[in-house]
Amino acid sequence: MLKDLFKKPQNELELTGSAKAQKQAIVNIPDELCTTCPSCKKTIFSSDLEDNLFVCPHCGKHLRINGRQRLHLVADEKSFEELWGDLESTNLLDFPQYDKKLQAAKWESKEKEGVITGIATIGSYPVAIFVMEPGFMMGSMGTVVGEKITRLFEYAQAQGLPVVGFTASGGARMQEGILSLMQMAKTSGAVKRFSDAGGFYLTVLTDPTTGGVTASFAMEGDIIISEPEALVCFAGPRVIEQTIRQKLPPGLGRAEYLLKNGFIDKIVARKEQKNFLIKMLRTHQQQTKEVQA
Amino acid sequence: MEAKVRVAAAKAKNRPTGVDYITGIFDEFTELHGDRRFSDDPAIIAGIARIGQHFVTVIAHEKGKSTKEKLARNFGSAHPEGYRKALRQMKQAEKFGRPIITFIDTAGAFCGIGAEERGQGQAIAENLMEMMTLKTPTLAIFIGEGGSGGALAIAVTNEVWMLENAIYSVISPEGCASILWKDAGRAAEAAECLKLTSDDLLALGVIERIIPEEGKDLQTTFSKLKAEIMEFIAAKQKLAISEIVEERYQKFRKIK
Repeated sequence: MLKDLFKKPQNELELTGSAKAQKQAIVNIPDELCTTCPSCKKTIFSSDLEDNLFVCPHCGKHLRINGRQRLHLVADEKSFEELWGDLESTNLLDFPQYDKKLQAAKWESKEKEGVITGIATIGSYPVAIFVMEPGFMMGSMGTVVGEKITRLFEYAQAQGLPVVGFTASGGARMQEGILSLMQMAKTSGAVKRFSDAGGFYLTVLTDPTTGGVTASFAMEGDIIISEPEALVCFAGPRVIEQTIRQKLPPGLGRAEYLLKNGFIDKIVARKEQKNFLIKMLRTHQQQTKEVQA
Repeated sequence: MEAKVRVAAAKAKNRPTGVDYITGIFDEFTELHGDRRFSDDPAIIAGIARIGQHFVTVIAHEKGKSTKEKLARNFGSAHPEGYRKALRQMKQAEKFGRPIITFIDTAGAFCGIGAEERGQGQAIAENLMEMMTLKTPTLAIFIGEGGSGGALAIAVTNEVWMLENAIYSVISPEGCASILWKDAGRAAEAAECLKLTSDDLLALGVIERIIPEEGKDLQTTFSKLKAEIMEFIAAKQKLAISEIVEERYQKFRKIK
């Protein structure tokens, strides 16, 4: 019994190779025996946490996880093929300290940019997929993030694939100034063309999705679902409080609040997400076929 | 410090606002209110105008003049219903083949409880998508402050022009300085780094034209702008609709 506590988990979520190294870099999920839930403060065994898809077994809090872990949770095994993984940001505006920040982000996240793009199958249905990486400068959108998302929609349109996207972002990347703002228009344009061509786009909002990403492709899905309690907003609660100097209603900016106000379709817990995606992909694949026939 | 001077000029109290441009440039203007969803947002003025022989749809941020009016107009910071009013009238312009001219002057989309509750992010996102494929020529003119998503939400257009002393930025210099250096007092330095002046933006390929400001002689600026807008409309009307839409997509697509 006691021995089992010290045993590394041997379940399907156990990560291998380079992915394992990334896991260690995520602050929220230390590679230790135990961790404390940031919400209910109870102790969770790391093995239990992995078994439970990084959702607190006590209170159901969905912990932040990195992009590769998300891919692992939804894509069929070994089905993911990365596209444009070699695109890297440069310091276009010569912004002070941006080079250093990029370097640190790469080292911490083991990713080259704030979004991972590619193709995969989910329940055998082929999809174009993007997963934002909160560990890379908080998933902020600069020119490379915008370019990869845009290319993914253009590619999906050409190939007749649906797009599934997981958002996690602090908003536009300040260090790229106006060029990062322009990515909101660029990505929205690509989503619009894809949509006009009949493409199906499903967004999964995860904690946190804010600012320029909320005000562009995060809110442009045909179906928009969210993880429980995810912060999803244009302006964060702290910014609003500072602007209007009033106490905010409880839950403002959380997924449940958005659901009540009619801005998202559904809240789907992490362990239900893959099944939900499969159901929606099946539904829309049939429709596409009917339209073609 | 060049950028700092431009920021001060763009935000100057006596700077002409949206209504000044509308009355100074167009031959007639009929304001049309409301988003047909929730309310009428006074931070954005929209309606139909005539310029020479052309009828156009005009949309403008309006900050207001007196303190009372500024409060009523929320200092030109729109709520979601402002962007939805703009979109409603843009779709109508598309239906009737009217070119669209927008005037941008806002510190940003409003950050408040009501704005969040009614989907500020969703409203902006929808405008970005819909504006990209409008089947009519579109032009945005930055006349003062161009604050981030709140400015972009009515500026996804075929061409973007800027008054010499207007600014356009992803974040306010104060906001940038307080996030980066925890010191809003370093705003002047941040303004320089953000590349937010009309010269910077022309060099970056984000805007097509700078409109020189002729000191205090507003009439000269207005009549020059009037002539240039009429030339713009005449030139775009020679193109096929598909070319106009493609030109707009490529304008933003090329920025990487």
